[in-house]
Amino acid sequence: MKRKLVILGNGMVGHRFAEKIAEYGGTEKFEVTILGEEPRRAYDRVHLSEYFTNRSADSLYLSPSDWYRTNGIRLLLSEPAISVDTVSRKVTTSAGTELPFDELVIATGSSAFVPNFEGVDKQGVFVYRTIEDLEKIMSYAKQVSKAAVLGGGLLGLEAAKAVLDMGKESHVVEFASRLMPRQLDEAASSVLKSKIESLGVRIHLNKETKQALGETSFQGLKFVDGSVLEVEMLIVSAGIQPRDELAKNSGIEVGQRGGIIVDDELRTNVYGVYAIGEVALHKGMIYGLVAPGYEMAEILAYNLCSPGQKTKSYAGSDLSTKLKLIGVDVASFGDALGQTEHLPIAYTNPRTGVYKKLVLSPDGKKLKGGILVGDADAYSTLLTLYLNNVELPSEPESLIVGTPSEEGSAFGSLPDDAKICSCNNVSKGDLLGAIRSGSCSDLKGLKECTKAGTGCGGCIPQMNSILKEELRAQGKVVTEHVCEHFKYSRQELFQIAKVKGIRSFEEMIRTHGMGNGCEVCKPAVASIIASIYNEPIQKHREIQDTNDKYLANIQRGGTYSVVPRIPGGEITPDKLIVIGQIAKKYDLYCKITGGQRIDLLGARMEQLPDIWKDLVEEGFESGHAYGKAMRTVKSCVGSTWCRYGVQDSTAFAIRIEERYRGIRAPHKLKSAVSGCIRECAEARGKDFGIIATEKGWNLYVGGNGGVNPKHAILLAADLDEETCVKYIDRFMMFYIRTADKLVRTSAWLEQLEGGIEYLKDVIINDRLGINKDLEEEMNRLVGTYVCEWKDVVDDPEKQKKYKHFINSEDADPTVKFIEERGQKRPVDWPKKELVSN
Amino acid sequence: MNTAAKEPVWIPVSTVTEFPEDGGVCAKVYGEQIAIFHFSSRNEWFACENKCPHTGDMVLARGMIGDSQGEPKVACPMHKKSFSLRTGACISGDEYSIKTYPVHIEDGTVYIGIEDPGTQG
Repeated sequence: MKRKLVILGNGMVGHRFAEKIAEYGGTEKFEVTILGEEPRRAYDRVHLSEYFTNRSADSLYLSPSDWYRTNGIRLLLSEPAISVDTVSRKVTTSAGTELPFDELVIATGSSAFVPNFEGVDKQGVFVYRTIEDLEKIMSYAKQVSKAAVLGGGLLGLEAAKAVLDMGKESHVVEFASRLMPRQLDEAASSVLKSKIESLGVRIHLNKETKQALGETSFQGLKFVDGSVLEVEMLIVSAGIQPRDELAKNSGIEVGQRGGIIVDDELRTNVYGVYAIGEVALHKGMIYGLVAPGYEMAEILAYNLCSPGQKTKSYAGSDLSTKLKLIGVDVASFGDALGQTEHLPIAYTNPRTGVYKKLVLSPDGKKLKGGILVGDADAYSTLLTLYLNNVELPSEPESLIVGTPSEEGSAFGSLPDDAKICSCNNVSKGDLLGAIRSGSCSDLKGLKECTKAGTGCGGCIPQMNSILKEELRAQGKVVTEHVCEHFKYSRQELFQIAKVKGIRSFEEMIRTHGMGNGCEVCKPAVASIIASIYNEPIQKHREIQDTNDKYLANIQRGGTYSVVPRIPGGEITPDKLIVIGQIAKKYDLYCKITGGQRIDLLGARMEQLPDIWKDLVEEGFESGHAYGKAMRTVKSCVGSTWCRYGVQDSTAFAIRIEERYRGIRAPHKLKSAVSGCIRECAEARGKDFGIIATEKGWNLYVGGNGGVNPKHAILLAADLDEETCVKYIDRFMMFYIRTADKLVRTSAWLEQLEGGIEYLKDVIINDRLGINKDLEEEMNRLVGTYVCEWKDVVDDPEKQKKYKHFINSEDADPTVKFIEERGQKRPVDWPKKELVSN
Repeated sequence: MNTAAKEPVWIPVSTVTEFPEDGGVCAKVYGEQIAIFHFSSRNEWFACENKCPHTGDMVLARGMIGDSQGEPKVACPMHKKSFSLRTGACISGDEYSIKTYPVHIEDGTVYIGIEDPGTQG
């Protein structure tokens, strides 16, 4: 008979423990039950603040919905344990269920620590811990304009960013004399403080709270020094408190200041009862980070699944962290505050907001810790040197000042047991083993095989260099081949096409490829040719991706949507009426798009040329909504109408959109221009975004919405219009030349060695000496623009391609619509297809 | 009677010049929608049903043709599922497949071979 294993808590650590039990074959031996207090399955709390922007729990879940069932693990949600009987060995849940256990694992985590000052229980005071907390915060925030966060630690600053993102005045109140007092020293804190303040968050240090103001609802804070902060909402993020109440009430030993006491094998004082994660107190330490919890989960699962063998023991964890706070990199590791005998080396640049500090052993040979603010590129290198106690180069300052040394060179000599991913406890040897087994040959595969890089992601640059080094050692070419027909990357094909003047797919595959091509390489070559020669793409119709081929987006039922260009979203009443009239004439469904344009859906293929003709006659042109091309430039009303606007964002957006309209790129490109820092056009969610300042324009690059939303990063500040356009020219052409197929600017920038600093060097300082060339190429593309719809409207031969049947004038009889909310929509796909997956 | 494979009925569809090189069109043949591909880079012709077995939409003629390890294929424009133009099997490994038809060219005319519609009832 199977032993009964009960896990209390389905947070990140409880879930990881269950995963490890399954991985080590423990479900053969144990009947596993997990109790969760929250109404949903385990999710990624580290990235909780993403919920503010995407409002979707789906992307945060740690496993698919059927994971527990598939692994034979019983999950009870909204059903916490309320008592543990260590004598008769059973747990009673809130629903009254009694669960006998042989082994009990307590992973109840922690709750937010709420200081006990007067009035702290008022309406409008929240903690920041669960998705439900966030929902309450978002809902209450609707009625307030100012909010404060109590606590200037990691989570507090994240919360302050979320407040700012919600469009509220944001304050941070910290008891200590510096931000992130456990990780940063005074100098680092002051650099971080000024960076965060420049973004609009107000920071109050040395503030001991005395009481909450307000009658029933929260109206502000009064401090011990007599000062007052008037805000209408408070989010408490002042530390954690272990959830050890069950243990306390059932005779399980807890520490004086909380936390269940565990030994090196994570055992409590009661036989068969264990504690892991933030509820566990190990050698006087409570770890408020996920990585140590994961480490405990793995060790305990290993020990429970392989009795008799040598057990693993927990030796305490490293407290390194790397984060991006409001767009500012912050990292801290080891003895960051220099609490033991040490030799410090620090570098500060107040102009760029960068602070870097190394804490060295007194002889300068070993790294004991460090802090990075504003630029944490060196983090993974430094962390590896620290964790593996590697002897430093003779000039250790080279690690933080000047250009970074050749990547990877510091790692070749690392022993195989060197830990690379500390979140998931993956060593260099584990990575090499996975690569050598042949089961993964790229970063994505390596992440899937080993789980490395799936936690904080700080080790990804190192994973990359280990991967490349090993592939090179195996004699493999590291570049990505486009597909089986070309042994070249997109970047290489681009250079080939340009240098050899190749203008067709046929010529490309005959001279540099093999076989007949496919749906991957054909559109890639089509895009390359279009980016170099800018001929109307209908000339190469059969190698275009389906939407480019028909100059419209294919939708359910095989009908198309039509999106005319509306530069900057500005449109006259007359033009608006015309669009309505055309939509009515062809019975099209209308919708305003996310890019400030109008989508006309439900056009049959054979209707497209007529619809375009009507639109072109009224002065519209193609909006390229179908293309891997420059699409739309959103804007707000800027200084012409808005009382806050500092520059004319509408005019600039129109200029930008007209300049770059339809330019073919490795992926679609979107842009936006905001007239002030309030960012109503959401420019930082775009491939390139422009935000007005008092002095000109700030240019941001590499952002996007989509599956993994990403804020664009500042490329250059306070530019005049001409310079801004010049930089965009260079940026776009550099991306078009060098990005892999179907890679958006955000991923491209992430993969670009040297990142944003390197890009700045190329775009602003002309490091590669190619800027003149890039500008000329762009000018050529801009100068040869033609409307692709008009190209078809003017040519009866091309219109013939839009008939549904070659041998009949009939329309496709299978296309069917139904009415919904006063407009038509396609009928659903057959039911059986919808329920699969 | 039931031993030899039945010779299909050849239906003329259009002239060769009406077909795009390395592309497809849809033809109406006895009420059926059939996608026909002039795979000129292989100097071959293929035909299959026009219906995407995954969504039911009549779109395969608009798909892009190519090859996978030498096997001629069409990629459905809806979700890029690939089907062998020889066997109709889904190359991406899904369970559904498509019906294929023989193509015959004579005197510049493209013919599709289908079973005698009269005997299908």
